[in-house]
Amino acid sequence: MRGKILGLVGESGSGKTVTGFSILGLVEKPGRIEQGRILFNGSDLRRASPEELRDIRGNRISMIFQDPMMTLNPVLRIDTQMIETIRAHKKISYDDARVLARDALGKVGIPSPDERLAAYPHQFSGGMRQRVAIAIALLHKPELIIADEPTTALDVTIQAQILSEVQKLCREVGTALIWVTHDLSVVAAIADQICVMYAGRIVERGSTESVLDGPSHPYTNGLIHSVPGNNRPGTPLQQIPGVMPSLLSLPVGCSFRQRCRYADSMCMAEPEFNAVETNRDHIARCWHPLAEGRPA
Amino acid sequence: MKALGLDRPIWDQYIIFLTNALQGDVGRSFVFNTPAIDLILLRLPATLELAITALILANVLGIPLGLYAGLKPESVAGRSVMAGSILGFSLPGFWVKVSLIMLFAVELDWLPAGGRGETATFLGITSSLFTVDGLRHIILPATGLSLFTMALVIRLTSAGVRETLPMDFIKFARAKGLRESRVISVHVLKNILIPIVTVVGLEFGGLVAFTVITESIFSWPGMGKLLIDSINFLDRPVIVAYIVLVATMFIGINLVVDLVYAVLDPRVRLSDAGGAGT
Repeated sequence: MRGKILGLVGESGSGKTVTGFSILGLVEKPGRIEQGRILFNGSDLRRASPEELRDIRGNRISMIFQDPMMTLNPVLRIDTQMIETIRAHKKISYDDARVLARDALGKVGIPSPDERLAAYPHQFSGGMRQRVAIAIALLHKPELIIADEPTTALDVTIQAQILSEVQKLCREVGTALIWVTHDLSVVAAIADQICVMYAGRIVERGSTESVLDGPSHPYTNGLIHSVPGNNRPGTPLQQIPGVMPSLLSLPVGCSFRQRCRYADSMCMAEPEFNAVETNRDHIARCWHPLAEGRPA
Repeated sequence: MKALGLDRPIWDQYIIFLTNALQGDVGRSFVFNTPAIDLILLRLPATLELAITALILANVLGIPLGLYAGLKPESVAGRSVMAGSILGFSLPGFWVKVSLIMLFAVELDWLPAGGRGETATFLGITSSLFTVDGLRHIILPATGLSLFTMALVIRLTSAGVRETLPMDFIKFARAKGLRESRVISVHVLKNILIPIVTVVGLEFGGLVAFTVITESIFSWPGMGKLLIDSINFLDRPVIVAYIVLVATMFIGINLVVDLVYAVLDPRVRLSDAGGAGT
């Protein structure tokens, strides 16, 4: 949805990043997309030719990576890396592209962008580099940006700045955003909708308030309760027992059942998405959806 | 003995040599009675043209082959390139060179077996590279000389590619929608050039200094052949002069390699040290 922000939440290894790469057709070998469709404005990206997909990447869908220290090529100047992105999708002269690149740097709050264009990535701090990456992602005013934990590697003050700036820029341009994170508080602050992933699957989806205030899947419930802010000071933090199963040997049925305290024989079959009674847009993949924190 | 100063004690001879060497005189040839350095410099162009041709061959063929093997390590062609590069390392050089002569000069009679061929002067440089006959003469020795360096370049390039490809910035370059050709030729290649330049630079010194075998086999009239002849005649000043020259050249090449680093890798540029850093 244009201009909306979707939070994709899950613990490490739950498949959030791969989901992002799948959308862009950038899954590394030996990984591949087995089945399903990737709908973007009604067309299936899996049917797009490699050249069509290339033209969509960075132009209509762009991506911001997790570690700003690693996303910029260390031996190429910032202007080279920005201008090549512009010229990959638009037939314009080098000089015009440079002006666009400079304006883009200015927009993400980099001081004296003219001089900074000629700098190399190692001359920027982590936060600045992430701003450059964001400027690159926004160059073509994409319809969708996939942000893969873009603030995880940054310190908290920069995190807040980047967060509010991305939100502002997306609103200005009308870009939809998929914000991949394991940090529920970030999602609570910016997302319109939340998808919770577990072991490679989306287990719950709904509007932010609906999911955070009334989680339906026991896993989501566990996630919310393991955030320190939700507990009374002095009481031990609630944990989800156990660890996520290896994606290579998923248990039969519900993949969360081994860690779930409500699991019973029903959970040996794979659950389908079910709408939560009170809200039809809020769905969860569970046989025992919670209501007010208890099985219904 | 007396005229050559060989009757003096060895330390005395050494001090005389050092004093003269510091003034740019490394001695006179016992055999030709001319300054040894002149003899060597006369032969230098022939050796340089051989070494440079070999170096160009090694890179022009080695980098693309290494790129291919690095990008498609599982393919038959990629595996063959890597296997071939092992042969390039391990086959003894003199055997390969004699085999080249056997095949292309004796059996097929396509190319001359030895000698430098005709030379021509162009822009003040006299070289066999400027005549067709000279070019025909240089193909075999240059190929033979380049095989080892080529194998080295292939393995370095392919290892560099396989190391660089999984990096985030390559994925980011793809996510920016760049064409694959640009990702490879700019983003990957520029990152792996540093180890290649190091090795190629040092190898060039080696090529110039140790063309001895190649020049002997192909009777190429360069410094290496002069060295072997001088050793046979016990023409000590020429040998010493040769070693001094080669040592100087290695220092020069190392300096150039260090300077090229700064061009290739912005992180080693001293003037940029004021950046925010990592």
